[in-house]
Amino acid sequence: MAIFEYAPAPESRDVVDLQPSYGLFIDGEFVDGSGPAFKTINPATEETLAEVATATAEDVDRAVRAARKAFGGWSGLPGAERAKYLFRIARIIQERSRELAVLESLDNGKPIREARDVDLPLVAAHFFYYAGWADKLAYAGFGRRTTGGHSGDRPLGVAGQVIPWNFPLMMLAWKIAPALACGNTVVLKPAETTPLTALLFADICRQADLPPGVVNIVTGAGETGAAVVAHPDVNKVAFTGSTEVGRLIARAVAGTGKKLTLELGGKAANIVFDDAAIDQAVEGIVNGIFFNQGHVCCAGSRLLVQESVQEELLDALKRRLGTLRLGDPLDKNTDIGAINSAAQLAKIRELSDLGESEGAQRWSPACELPSKGFWFPPTVFTQVAQSHRIATEEIFGPVLSVLTFRTPAEAVEKANNTPYGLSAGIWTEKGSRILWMADKLRAGVVWANTFNKFDPASPFGGYKESGYGREGGLLGLEAYLDV
Amino acid sequence: MPGLEVETLVGDAVVVSTVTSSLADVASSDAALRAFLHGLPGVDRVGADQRAAVLGTRSIKTTAKAAAIDLAISMVDLTTLEGADTAGKVRAMCTKAARPGGDAPRVAAVCVYPDLVEVAVEALKGTGVRVASVATGFPSGRTSPEVKVSETALAVAAGADEIDMVIDRGAFLSGRYMKVFEEIVAVKAACGEAHLKVILETGELATYDNVRRASWLAMLAGADFIKTSTGKVSPAATPSVTMIMLTAVRDFRAATGRQVGVKPAGGIRTSKDAIKNLVLVNETAGEDWLTPEWFRLGASSLLNDLLMQRQKLATGRYAGPDYFTLD
Repeated sequence: MAIFEYAPAPESRDVVDLQPSYGLFIDGEFVDGSGPAFKTINPATEETLAEVATATAEDVDRAVRAARKAFGGWSGLPGAERAKYLFRIARIIQERSRELAVLESLDNGKPIREARDVDLPLVAAHFFYYAGWADKLAYAGFGRRTTGGHSGDRPLGVAGQVIPWNFPLMMLAWKIAPALACGNTVVLKPAETTPLTALLFADICRQADLPPGVVNIVTGAGETGAAVVAHPDVNKVAFTGSTEVGRLIARAVAGTGKKLTLELGGKAANIVFDDAAIDQAVEGIVNGIFFNQGHVCCAGSRLLVQESVQEELLDALKRRLGTLRLGDPLDKNTDIGAINSAAQLAKIRELSDLGESEGAQRWSPACELPSKGFWFPPTVFTQVAQSHRIATEEIFGPVLSVLTFRTPAEAVEKANNTPYGLSAGIWTEKGSRILWMADKLRAGVVWANTFNKFDPASPFGGYKESGYGREGGLLGLEAYLDV
Repeated sequence: MPGLEVETLVGDAVVVSTVTSSLADVASSDAALRAFLHGLPGVDRVGADQRAAVLGTRSIKTTAKAAAIDLAISMVDLTTLEGADTAGKVRAMCTKAARPGGDAPRVAAVCVYPDLVEVAVEALKGTGVRVASVATGFPSGRTSPEVKVSETALAVAAGADEIDMVIDRGAFLSGRYMKVFEEIVAVKAACGEAHLKVILETGELATYDNVRRASWLAMLAGADFIKTSTGKVSPAATPSVTMIMLTAVRDFRAATGRQVGVKPAGGIRTSKDAIKNLVLVNETAGEDWLTPEWFRLGASSLLNDLLMQRQKLATGRYAGPDYFTLD
């Protein structure tokens, strides 16, 4: 036994009042869905958490009509009045953050430490940030680009939003906060494996006295999402998810006049030079690929390390991975939680096995996986070539592919040699090299000496197959304004 | 305890002599030493602070907390370093050090000014608690090398088991690393059998790069322990600084085979602070350092808080402060 064994320190579930079943949130009310209810489970234990309604195309139509009905009043409010609602929502999120964090952890499998210390503060910050914009849209700078003679602060109408399961509440905030600030109303579909925090958010909307129909939440699987996207009275579609589904949506929306933003996959390069601060680079690599079990579209899934420090860096990385604590997501000391679903676990397994059969060296720290639930150990592949599928395809799991380079130019070439372009990381103590690299890298976000850092004031989005449009910051307003 | 350390060192002796030979040359000249220290990987302040903050969120409860509190008590260097110190004050503190109360373990050492070493040695005879003395013009170190060496020698002659020296921060900050190095070597020689703790006074070194360089400089010069602070300068033992020093001893052992201890001192007042330090050790240097032989907590008021939390865990209730002696 170790000298200093941490005793279990579970966060209490009592703070969450789970109902056996949930309906759809339409026009300010929870209503039954017309489709068959489905179960949402805790991926760490496979226990059923609740039954959730499936919204059919008719239900989606009801939701869109409610949003349309609410649009006139909502968009007609002075910006300062809309801001009051958003500030109120932000404050309620802060007040109920423990409840939201526990529920997020239960439904998603992510460690409570991350839900509590990363997700929830960012969710509240996002609402605070866009609340501040609501009465300043005329000064956002988009007005000068309009031809219609208006000031550029007009909303689009009804926004149909489809979000993924990796950051359920944070993605909801990224979608709903700017849409509402600009005067749009929304119909949002959360992912089928993680609908619960969106439904709790619906309760928060009621608590904040948000006018009925301004926010509507419809649950269900892909078909529900397709109905939201295809609805003729939706003016704006925002999607975060896989590149594959993004393509389908782009096709569905083409020629309709709907405005579209897509935030899709990634295969980010995290580039470590020989003059990097090694200990912090190791932390950045860990945070880049093992944060949220690697279920991060901007994850640093390709480590590009300068050959001259490869050995030293990998030794330090492996030593560090030995200290990661995998297990009960609700334990406050857990670093690595559960994989979100059986399907995702199967995909991670398949690609990892493929990596091995293609000749890459697989390594994981000694770690015991719980017998129930969906689990995958932190995994590092070395001797990976650009041509390996684990180096080109998004795995969306705790799997790191290590490649090497010799010169800065080669690092840029390899980093950009991907159909994606969402994010990249640079680790060097040399400031001029950071600027040179950032200029050359074709990625929407370039982090220097850090990774997976988010801020509502900072725009986020991709190049190439990682999507188009930006979320967050001033640029995030453009997606929801008629400019 | 000295016997223990000698044995472990003997086991590694062969490794030490071969591996350190490459490092032996680094102190051959000012230029070589400078090149070596400035060639160490940098420390990114934002990243280091972030990592230390995450480790600060570890939740240590129930059995783990009980074990951690006892371990922390056994690592305390109970300290009094005031101009107003007297023999009476030191004797009282020594009594507490040997038997802190209830069945709590004894602390690792007491730490006093050189002129009170004899009093402490007398008071602690047969208790197993070691006597540490500050030396070398503590806390500023602004005196001549001759005085530093003879102050050390006198403290050792008076019976000190451990010497806590301060480095010449002026020399370090002006880039005269060789002067700092040579002083440590000279004080180490004057220590004889006594263990040498080298105080970096990280609050005056200011940057994390300097903390790492000073750590390596002290270890290369023969320090048995590296210590953050005198307690007279703020900030003192911040979690980030302690963490960086723990990575330095970890890397130094990997490079040379020689293990060096770490002692954060200054500003560690609560059990929570102490437990956070143990978490830093556990997840940075590793459990090889989780003994009083390799990790110490320099503190004075900390001990009573540890005792109070210890009693709370055992009984479920807090006793008032008057149930813990002020020494």
